[in-house]
Amino acid sequence: MNETLRRTPIYEELKARGGKMVPFAGYEMPVQFEGIIAEHTAVRTKAGVFDVSHMCEFWLEGKGALEYAHRLVTNDVLGLEDGQVCYTPMCLQSGGIVDDLLVYRYGQEKILLVVNAANHDKDLLHVQKHAGSVKVTDRSYETGQLALQGPLAMEILAQVTGGKYSDLGSFRFIEGEVAGHPCIVSRTGYTGEDGYEIYCPNESLLPVFQAIMKVGEPLGCRPIGLGARDTLRLEAKLCLYGNDIDETTTPLEAALSWTVKLEAGDFLGRDALVKQKEAGVPRKLVGFEMCERAIARHGYPVVPAGAGPDAAPIATIASGSPSPTVGKNIGLVYLPTAMSKIGSEFDVVIRGKTARAKVIKTPFYKRP
Amino acid sequence: MNIPSGLRYTKDHEWAKIEGTTATIGITEFAVSQLGDITLVEMPKVGAEIKAGQAIGTIESVKAVSDMYAPLSGKVLEINAELDNAPEQVNDSPYESGWMFKLHMSKPAEAEGLMDASSYAKHLETLDH
Repeated sequence: MNETLRRTPIYEELKARGGKMVPFAGYEMPVQFEGIIAEHTAVRTKAGVFDVSHMCEFWLEGKGALEYAHRLVTNDVLGLEDGQVCYTPMCLQSGGIVDDLLVYRYGQEKILLVVNAANHDKDLLHVQKHAGSVKVTDRSYETGQLALQGPLAMEILAQVTGGKYSDLGSFRFIEGEVAGHPCIVSRTGYTGEDGYEIYCPNESLLPVFQAIMKVGEPLGCRPIGLGARDTLRLEAKLCLYGNDIDETTTPLEAALSWTVKLEAGDFLGRDALVKQKEAGVPRKLVGFEMCERAIARHGYPVVPAGAGPDAAPIATIASGSPSPTVGKNIGLVYLPTAMSKIGSEFDVVIRGKTARAKVIKTPFYKRP
Repeated sequence: MNIPSGLRYTKDHEWAKIEGTTATIGITEFAVSQLGDITLVEMPKVGAEIKAGQAIGTIESVKAVSDMYAPLSGKVLEINAELDNAPEQVNDSPYESGWMFKLHMSKPAEAEGLMDASSYAKHLETLDH
């Protein structure tokens, strides 16, 4: 194993619990424990805990922090209340997506940005570049994070904390304690289920994890690996940076226009997005299911239906996987806008042969 | 790791059960543990003539795609059609209900070149896992 890879504070604990470790975004992370489908199902029906300590935390502090956060991202940070979180893309002037992130609004002079580990270096440069007098502090490597997700997440955290966070609304956060350790508790997630994301100092991660598992394990809560994290987020149609969005795609093309608030004041990339909105998007990220027994995966070429495997590709698959909850093989792809309607068919080239797929409504899964 | 005696094995983690000139083919428990949850098995067609060492199908798990190689040469007699609807049988029972296809061997002597259970066990020990 590559010695330069980082390990999170609960690496040993997760390995002892059967975590199969793989390199991911500069870390050794568990891809699975007992199996992706069993873990996926546990999160949909009971609960699961994810070590997501690789995620990165940048703090913006001082006068102008709020306005700066607003200018960095496409969503309306000025329109949030203190204690609210929003999901948002962060764009280049071109409208291409630098990263997608969560913005935590503490107040006028304090904002927390939580970005993807794979983008740590470029995001930090991007955030510092435009910061002016706003202080930017990178606490990524001193902060741990757990995601507790699933229909039993609330009950489990309530038992651990004496019910302290049961009233926390969706996309709200609060600073508090879990098992006697200082934490930021956030009602957010990346699975399509109810749940929490809990941030704490590195040294608190193991005791917080153990406290949650002590209560959760008898209720069916299990540790979950990156494999199930990916299938869960795909069913809920939550984007994965690098697969579904990147610097060559805009939020409008990615069907993230609900996160783009063109009327809420200026932000980086606004001009380009206004222009694209007026002209109409050339392509759209849509969900599909395979009509045949075949799995489309990231990078596979897409050709018009019936054109044959050697036809010029019109797209490549962004994300694709079996869906354990829906029982179909699903995925996301950017299709030319004219071909992107629900029910439109296209072919995916899989090892030299074509397999039919059709555009369907998303999300693929919505919690009951 | 379960490695039944009486079967023959390849370094690519296929097993073959030899009965006369017929060979039943599947993948080993080690292969299954490496692949994870198997969701789709693409096998050669009945009647196809295949050659030992040739890539003849694919096994897909939730996360990965792997090639399946022919351990022996011959004509495909039968495929395990149950795997179309229940590919998880390969995970649950790799040496029994998870078998993949049956072959009429054209070169039965090839079977002698495959590993027996104890050689395969030694082969696994040499792998970094």
